[in-house]
Amino acid sequence: MTDNLIEIEGLRYSRGDRLIFDGLDLVVPRGEITALMGPSGTGKTTLLQIIGGQLKPDAGRVVVNGKDVPSLSRRELFELRKGMGMLFQSAALFTEISVYENVAFPLRVHTELPEDIVRDLVLMKLNAVGLRGARDLMPSQLSGGMSRRVALARAIALDPLFIMYDEPFTGQDPIAMGVLVSLIRGLNESLSMTSLVVSHDIHETASIADQIYVVADGRVIGRGKPEILRESASTQVRQFINGDPDGPVPFHYPADDFLEDVLGDR
Amino acid sequence: MLRFLRLVGQRGLDVLASFGRAGILLFLSLWHVPGRREWSLYVKQVYQLGVMSMGIIVLSAFSIGAVLTLQFYTQLARFGAQDSIGLGLALVLLRELGPVVTGLLFAGRAGSAVTAEIGLMKATDQLSSMEMMGVDPLHRIVAPRLWAGFLCLPLLAMIFSAVAIWGGSVVGIDWLGIDDGQFWAGMQEGVEIGTDVGKGVVKCVVFGVVVSWISVYQGYDCVPTSEGISAATTNSVVYSSIAVLALDFLMTLVMYGEFK
Repeated sequence: MTDNLIEIEGLRYSRGDRLIFDGLDLVVPRGEITALMGPSGTGKTTLLQIIGGQLKPDAGRVVVNGKDVPSLSRRELFELRKGMGMLFQSAALFTEISVYENVAFPLRVHTELPEDIVRDLVLMKLNAVGLRGARDLMPSQLSGGMSRRVALARAIALDPLFIMYDEPFTGQDPIAMGVLVSLIRGLNESLSMTSLVVSHDIHETASIADQIYVVADGRVIGRGKPEILRESASTQVRQFINGDPDGPVPFHYPADDFLEDVLGDR
Repeated sequence: MLRFLRLVGQRGLDVLASFGRAGILLFLSLWHVPGRREWSLYVKQVYQLGVMSMGIIVLSAFSIGAVLTLQFYTQLARFGAQDSIGLGLALVLLRELGPVVTGLLFAGRAGSAVTAEIGLMKATDQLSSMEMMGVDPLHRIVAPRLWAGFLCLPLLAMIFSAVAIWGGSVVGIDWLGIDDGQFWAGMQEGVEIGTDVGKGVVKCVVFGVVVSWISVYQGYDCVPTSEGISAATTNSVVYSSIAVLALDFLMTLVMYGEFK
């Protein structure tokens, strides 16, 4: 078994006429937290969907835990996903069942555990995210931050090998943000998981990631430890890490010349 | 002109592609033997789609039976043939109105709910997150709704016909004073199990499959936005209704034959 849980080589993916990834290479080492950063709209969420096998790439190799994801059958894909956890940006809790049942869901579907063990496991997972007391609430009664923590408890219910976080910090208040940061770090260590965090919150991500990839224009423009990236030779990477509004990474979605567009012939 | 042709061609291809996707959806969903603990999902859907539709079915059936009897009476009483009202009522209901009206009502009451529910699950990433947990939403969400629809529509249509005949008897016998012996005896002699009841059941089964299939497909394939879900729900009811009416015509043509 290799030291890398995920290996992506020469990934190409386009949606409609727009090329999203053009020869992207990425490696996620086992047991580490790898972060994927980049301006909005660079297809970070798309990449997670490709890793999870929900989208098929046009070209390139996507290997997860030694298996080539695009070539797996539907059944093999579902088997592989049992070892994966994914935290959606929208939490994606099942709205018709309670918090407790949401966390119990993967246990009930994938295992034959008796009810009292399911209960113990659910309470342990909920306790880890600080929401043991909220077990009887329905998802509609939770705040955004709480929903995401419940979703995290659900994602780790089966002690996955690997967990993907899609924008875990957006829309969180500072306290919840701090809690999530320490949760992600803590879970990675205590459960010896591997994590891939997609985010554009520089400070939070830099504080937990072992390695950061910066993606723009469909390819990796910088990789390394957070402190190294800050000193990066690439102006694009420095602009992103330091949050400068102007620089080689354009603020505008590709468009015709502004003056031409506004004042020109229609 | 060229642009128009291109548009027609594009539209045709889109329709073909969506038929293909619907076919794959149906195959993947039904190609699955539910596990021991999945049965409760099926039971729940039979309750949601079948039992919860009983109210509207019973109400419509009673009123349609009553109105039909009134109409039959006004016409048949002129020839003194009011005794055959029972037979006429039973034939019309078992052969046509039972299956068709139940199909239409089921599309409006249960089909639209299924479409909206699945569409909203898609829009809120619930289907996606289920997939990422290694659970196939086609087996867990779609299959129970399909099977429940297959089962419930024929049962509801039987209830519909029974209640409508009862409604007819209430108006005809108890109110208009038709001879009750003639009413029931005419029905007993004239209705044949094979041609009338059997062929009616065949129609129900076909409608059950088609309406359920359209409803889940529209939900599963919808554009995951508010507009997308609302369009999918509308399409679900409109397509189901058109399919029921068109298939009814075809099946009547084929099954009852010899029209020329």
